Amino acid sequence: MTWSRHCRAQSRVDSAGVGPIKGKRRQRGPRFRWALHLALLPMALTVLFCYIGTVLWSVRISTTTSRTFPASDFVGLAQYVRLFNSERWLVSMQNMVLFGAVFMTLTLVIGFLLAVFIDQKVRGESVLRTIFLYPYAMSFVATGLIWQWTLNPELGLQSALRRMGLSGFTFDWIVTQDKVIYTVAFAAVWQMAGLVMAVLLAGLRGVDDEIWKAARIDGIPAWRVYVSIVLPVIAPSVATALVLLFLSVVKVYDVVVAMTGGGPGTASEVPAKFIIDYLFGRANVGLASAASTVLLLTAVAAVAPWMYARSRSERRAQLGAA
Amino acid sequence: MNAPASDVTAGVAVARPARVRPRRPWLTPARLGVYGFLLISAAFFLLPLYVMIATSLKTMDQIRLGAIFSLPSQPALDAWVQAWSSACTGLECRGIQVGFWNSVRIVVPSTVLSILVGALNGYALAYWRSRWAGWLFAVLILGAFIPYQVFLYPMVRGLAFFGLFGSLTGIVLVHTVFGMPVMTLLFRNYYASLPQELFKAARIDGGGFWRIFFQLMLPMSTPILIVAVILQVTNIWNDFILGLVFAGRENQPMTVQLNNVINSTTGERLYNVNMAATILTSLVPLLIYLVSGRWFVRGIAAGAVKG
Repeated sequence: MTWSRHCRAQSRVDSAGVGPIKGKRRQRGPRFRWALHLALLPMALTVLFCYIGTVLWSVRISTTTSRTFPASDFVGLAQYVRLFNSERWLVSMQNMVLFGAVFMTLTLVIGFLLAVFIDQKVRGESVLRTIFLYPYAMSFVATGLIWQWTLNPELGLQSALRRMGLSGFTFDWIVTQDKVIYTVAFAAVWQMAGLVMAVLLAGLRGVDDEIWKAARIDGIPAWRVYVSIVLPVIAPSVATALVLLFLSVVKVYDVVVAMTGGGPGTASEVPAKFIIDYLFGRANVGLASAASTVLLLTAVAAVAPWMYARSRSERRAQLGAA
Repeated sequence: MNAPASDVTAGVAVARPARVRPRRPWLTPARLGVYGFLLISAAFFLLPLYVMIATSLKTMDQIRLGAIFSLPSQPALDAWVQAWSSACTGLECRGIQVGFWNSVRIVVPSTVLSILVGALNGYALAYWRSRWAGWLFAVLILGAFIPYQVFLYPMVRGLAFFGLFGSLTGIVLVHTVFGMPVMTLLFRNYYASLPQELFKAARIDGGGFWRIFFQLMLPMSTPILIVAVILQVTNIWNDFILGLVFAGRENQPMTVQLNNVINSTTGERLYNVNMAATILTSLVPLLIYLVSGRWFVRGIAAGAVKG
């Protein structure tokens, strides 16, 4: 068994017709396999214990009554029932949906527009790119804190505009229960729009110039070419951007903690924060694990179709090449 | 799956030879529209940076006037000094510098270790294919998409079992584990893009697994090592949740301390000190970004997988 595998590993060298002579190879062989196994040990341990093991354990704990320490009883889906009866979890989920809708739409639209406009052979392109992308280099915590201060109703944007003469100007969404989540989404857009721009710009730069020449000859307006031809061509870049954005929606945590702390009240709570709070603050590990399982399924539901499409198109490309 | 990374290996991301530029009048209404949009967008992106810097240079008296966009009337660095050396988190008033040095102590070993493991994985996967390693890799990549929250509790228990919870070693291991998918992907794709003949020649010359890695592959990896260092330093420096959960009180990274300084203070909020502290915390990744430019973009094209 080991030997046949070993031969397969060696066949890459042999197929080039330059394999080492037989006796020598037999001597060296086993040593190579040892080195390979040793080198892959960290990855194997990580995958087995840190990735597969933790996920299984989390799912298992979600079926127990664990409080601070893991219990070993079994209560079926009781924690899930409790979870979806919890007002705070429902608010969190609703906020994630609202945040996701606003954040993904705005980030994609702004990122796409920035990429398209930057692709018009403008002067100072690299300066503009640097400006659009710098927020992404900062942490979500910093982003949250900056916008918390800028949108502060007493001393921030609202007061500044009032002092400039717009005495009736009101913008206090950050302390308004049913508006606060939009301000968080807004801050996240500011941070991530540059990333979408970078991803889509790479896609745009891969579009064949012939398309543009043909369109110019036919007299098709530029916006029409972008919508009808270029957008479908760069669809894979758009899909990548979409998946990245969706994952950051599922993971959103830092920016909420820094900007609003989940408040006012529980108005800007999100699922990731719910889990951390119940794991470490409120010592309800069973409920938190049920919540993290739901979050896991959400992430998988989004990524699985994308990965499937990816691997299919890759296989097609490989077949085409062969 | 490896579309983001293939951008990197191909080096496409934004870098491309300039197109042939046809001569045409540049001040048309359409051109004005393009520049107008770009300049307004640039202003929007820069505004918070301006507010942050201006606020940090103001006195609290000026801040209380409520004109957030005004220039500081008597620019002073007092707030910066206070943020660095005497801002309070709870009872302790030693400034944000504590977090800064903690972050340095976390970032340096985490970056080195995660890159070393990633490079080794990438090398093994690219040249020494074995079926189970392929499966491990697939699971590893899948893991990059899962929210950290799912892993946290079991990992806390696991680290506590080995007595590593809340220690520097613990947080370094955690960063290595969570940095592994992207690092492995990065190096695997890089090594796969190198000519296979190199490796074959080294094998014929009798090079072993480790010797080829250390004497041939690593010295040839400079470009991807730079990308990896930029990516990991930025990611780990900006991390909040792992530092919050795993680092423990003694090793709190700068982001966690910053949040404590600003969001858990009692009494009057010193907005100038807060903004100075925020700038100080963002300074390391911002400097890396400004200095590295295109390398940074190559890095995020690959690291974006992590989200």
